[in-house]
Amino acid sequence: MKYSGKLWTLLCAVALILMCALPVSAKTLVYCSEGSPEGFNPALYTAGTTFDASSRALFNKLAEFERGTTKIVPALAESWEISSDGLVYTFNLRKGVKFHTLKDFTPTRDFNADDVLFSFMRQLDKNHPFHKVTPGAYEYFEGMSMPDLLKEIVKVDDYTVKFVLTRPEAPMIANLAMDFASIFSKEQADMLMKAGTPEKIDLHPAGTGPFQLVAYQKDAVIRYKAHPDYWAGKAPIDNLVFAITPDASVRYQKLKAGECHVMPYPNPADLEAMKTDKEINLLSQEGLNVGYLAYNTMMAPFDNPKVRKALNMAINKQAILDAVFQGAGKVAKNPIPPTIWSYNDDIVDDPYDPEGAKKMLAEAGLQNLSMKIWAMPVQRPYNPNARRMAEVIQADFEKIGVKAEIVSYEWGEYLKRSKDKDRDGAVLLGWTGDNGDPDNFLAVLLGCDGVGGSNRANFCHDEFEALIQKAKRVSDPAERTNLYKQAQVVFKEQAPWATIAHSIVFEPVRKEVVDYRIDPFGGHIFYGVDLK
Amino acid sequence: MITFILRKLGVLLPTFFGVTLIAFVFIRLLPGDPVLLMAGERGMTEERHARLMKEFGFDRPILVQYGSYLKQIAGGDLGKSIITRRPVIEEFMTLFPATAELSLCAIFLAVLFGLPAGIIAAVRRGSVFDHTVMGTALTGYSMPIFWWGLLLIILFSGILRWTPVSGRISLLFFFEPVTGFMLIDSLLSGEKGAFLSAVRHMILPSIVLSTIPMAVIARQTRSAMLEVLGEDYVRTAKAKGLGPGRVIGLHALRNALIPVVTVIGLQVGVLFAGAILTETIFSWPGIGKWMVDSISRRDYPSVQGGLLLIAAIVMSVNLFVDLLYGLINPQIRHTD
Amino acid sequence: MTDTVAENTEKLDTRQGGRIALLKEFWSYFTENRGAVMGLIFFIAVILVAIFADVLAPHAPNQQYRDAFLQPPFWEEGGSTAFILGTDAVGRDILSRLIHGSRYSLFIGCIVVSIALSVGILLGVTAGYFRGRVDTIIMRLMDIFLAFPSLLLALVLVAILGPSLTNAMIAIAIVQQPHYVRLTRAAVMSEMSRDYVTAARVIGVKRLRLMFVTILPNCMAPLIVQAALSFSSAILDAAALGFLGLGAQPPTPEWGTMLAEAREFILRAWWVVTFPGLAILTTVVAINLMGDGLRDALDPKLKRS
Repeated sequence: MKYSGKLWTLLCAVALILMCALPVSAKTLVYCSEGSPEGFNPALYTAGTTFDASSRALFNKLAEFERGTTKIVPALAESWEISSDGLVYTFNLRKGVKFHTLKDFTPTRDFNADDVLFSFMRQLDKNHPFHKVTPGAYEYFEGMSMPDLLKEIVKVDDYTVKFVLTRPEAPMIANLAMDFASIFSKEQADMLMKAGTPEKIDLHPAGTGPFQLVAYQKDAVIRYKAHPDYWAGKAPIDNLVFAITPDASVRYQKLKAGECHVMPYPNPADLEAMKTDKEINLLSQEGLNVGYLAYNTMMAPFDNPKVRKALNMAINKQAILDAVFQGAGKVAKNPIPPTIWSYNDDIVDDPYDPEGAKKMLAEAGLQNLSMKIWAMPVQRPYNPNARRMAEVIQADFEKIGVKAEIVSYEWGEYLKRSKDKDRDGAVLLGWTGDNGDPDNFLAVLLGCDGVGGSNRANFCHDEFEALIQKAKRVSDPAERTNLYKQAQVVFKEQAPWATIAHSIVFEPVRKEVVDYRIDPFGGHIFYGVDLK
Repeated sequence: MITFILRKLGVLLPTFFGVTLIAFVFIRLLPGDPVLLMAGERGMTEERHARLMKEFGFDRPILVQYGSYLKQIAGGDLGKSIITRRPVIEEFMTLFPATAELSLCAIFLAVLFGLPAGIIAAVRRGSVFDHTVMGTALTGYSMPIFWWGLLLIILFSGILRWTPVSGRISLLFFFEPVTGFMLIDSLLSGEKGAFLSAVRHMILPSIVLSTIPMAVIARQTRSAMLEVLGEDYVRTAKAKGLGPGRVIGLHALRNALIPVVTVIGLQVGVLFAGAILTETIFSWPGIGKWMVDSISRRDYPSVQGGLLLIAAIVMSVNLFVDLLYGLINPQIRHTD
Repeated sequence: MTDTVAENTEKLDTRQGGRIALLKEFWSYFTENRGAVMGLIFFIAVILVAIFADVLAPHAPNQQYRDAFLQPPFWEEGGSTAFILGTDAVGRDILSRLIHGSRYSLFIGCIVVSIALSVGILLGVTAGYFRGRVDTIIMRLMDIFLAFPSLLLALVLVAILGPSLTNAMIAIAIVQQPHYVRLTRAAVMSEMSRDYVTAARVIGVKRLRLMFVTILPNCMAPLIVQAALSFSSAILDAAALGFLGLGAQPPTPEWGTMLAEAREFILRAWWVVTFPGLAILTTVVAINLMGDGLRDALDPKLKRS
């Protein structure tokens, strides 16, 4: 095809000329996001991608996490008081907070208690006119057991709201800083209801957040502009653009070409090149997560802690970090990540010792053990490639004479089947923290309530359970810390999991980006970021 | 002619009915369900799962669901996506222009190069040109296009930096879509440089997608031309002393084009299949990628609706080609 | 394959001599096509590689060399002759994986073609022989399958059956068999009106024997060509499914799956991306060359014109 050769040269020449003629716009920050948001109401969804596009740009919560930390700071509530029995939370709301002005909605009043009530009652009350406007579930609201926990929410006056709980819950404020607790505008809701299009509240909502939605094209782009009357001051950038780019290597190329300024989830394989790239700053931070291999502690021979310990000793975690995380991870010794308070750094990890492991298995009277390793079919922050991880573990187990077979299911099936109490085999899974509280890891993943559910090891150990239950009820941070540290010691002795790794989150940003901070919760927040 | 059209339609309708059945039943056989995926690692209790399944209407017997689904589509409603909670038809319409634009560009490229290459190869049968074209066409025809796309990205976007990596237009340009075709919209927008940016983004994906159709068209054109060139009337024309240009242009080409047009028509299905891979590689916001995403998220209504609409498009194009063929060649109307 | 009555009667009693003469004629046409012969030689080489993979491969395909992650090919800086084409992300030798991968590709081709061919022939002969309602039902069913783009249908089928090599093969076979049905039906229908079929009927040949012993062998030419073409497209489709994560599952050294795993390295380690694709391309080209040769040899009309 001679002719096509000529055309190529021609096209390439044209392309080259075009490259030089690109216009430059000063204060537009482009973020190459990894996928389309499911929608713009964070309460309805669970994906971080959706939160980035909705709660973290459009909305505020009563309390929020300080950018780049897990510290809780006041947001739409200026302050709060907790009653001595831990059951009543009183919030004093911020005054003079403006909602976004949209094409078909102009707010006439500032944010007040009605908006708070609307946002929560919509999720709590099954008869609320907006409860079922968009079909589906309030996943996090229910997942954090809010329906059981909330007795009532009372408007005391326009700027005071009282939350009454059914039982003390130490992590309550942290829960209210989560994405599902974003505050919507009741005025917009009323207006839409009157217009007969209530479902629009979830498609194009007006929030109080630092950015407001301009346009969204599915699988292509989301455009925001800075909210001019933002209560904490207008954002330094004028426009924020999410360029939806699912492929990590493509994102990197766009970053290199200057087509975007910030990108999430780089390929581990590209990190080396990013470190040496002069136009790119590679930011990194330990992620708020843990990846683990959970044995089924209810099934023989894995009901024997000695067997579990032996298998743990056979796993070469460093090899996993090299092959699977390509350096973007840290060996895990505890079930909670080191960025969480109460992390017990005194604990010594099981040594990598195939010989010792063999001996321990022999002592337990086991020969020719064969087992299954479940490998997730999807990429998660705590495990970028479960298949590859399973292969490495399989090879490690073979060295101590344990034959392992790798099984996998479609993700939904995997999640369902792995919960089964009679499950055959050890499951690779992990967890990303929701609110930075140790309870969110230890009670959810290893508590007796979670057996047959989120507790994939079916681990129900009296001593451990007593410790974490007590820690849930006391509010003194020092005492809680102490209890959780003890719980980690028990965990290490019992070894219901092989704790494998905490990921290290890498985020390459271009040199001209000023003051971008990695969010420990895995979000991407652009308020406060500037461009040189 | 009218009976011919009616007969074709008579075949089409039951087929379409079968398509709805397959689309529906297949999807229900998918293991796992969207509700489970929604909860993720967090999981949910059995009761809540059951309640949500009921809310989405997935708890009824499949036949009942199918019945109400048929009623829905008869009214032009394909249901709402479970993920985005928006009408499937709306989602399809926002993404379809991207795929259509890419496919049209690919077909255009394929015809632009495939057709002349095939004609010249046939006329100069046995020449170096012929061998080169046929060799290239065979390679193109055998190409794993997902790998081909990656190679082009490495070369042109990675090393040479001539073309952008993905997307449809530079993000610096922003205008409301009018037709959904970026090449047209960018012209309508009047923004300087927008059109050229859209063209630059179109180059690699359309080359990748056109690879197989181009090869097929070149091969088909060549063999159709060879066949026609061997026919008596062409020999007669030659013998009468008509110049080679006239022989090829007037007599041979016209007759050779009939099977070629059919082949071009049949490439629509191939293009959709290719679009799935091309769109995945280039992050092209079209139907192919949407289908892959919807399948992996168990978004039943989207997969169903997408399958139906795609099948409908393929069937309509095939019908159109059939009719065209019947128009050109009356004989075909009377055979089955 | 000419229409003379004399030859048709010869076909009827299927003498050995006639067969051999036909084969000879076929072979002489086939060898006239240099490309086809080259394709055949390459294909045989691939078969040999697949058979002797254990002997030929310098390493075991799934052996992980923990001190040699992503080593480049030997001619690049940092490469070594221990790993001629380099290693992948977990330190497996790419050459060995490619060699073992040839087994999967050939296996996929064979299984898919056998399933599609046998099911296709069965349905096609039935439809073409009985005509009427049976024919309509079968052909409508095939129309339904053909209304979906093949890869999309395969994708949905694999999603239903669960991602694995076996299921990918089943899905591809299902997607491909309508073409066989159509071809067989058309060929059977055109043979049905021939004199030798009528003759066989008159002498009372049983129906099944008539369908599969008398008629079918005379319809094989287009089917053989189709088989060659669908062998190669089966390899391509399986690789595409593997690439989308729905085909063979790691650590299977299937070429498409290797590509899918390698995708994240496109900027850093070109060899993990390039070689599996090259293996797919050359194999498919070879098979298609062969298929072209087969078509020309079995359908001499085109050749002579």
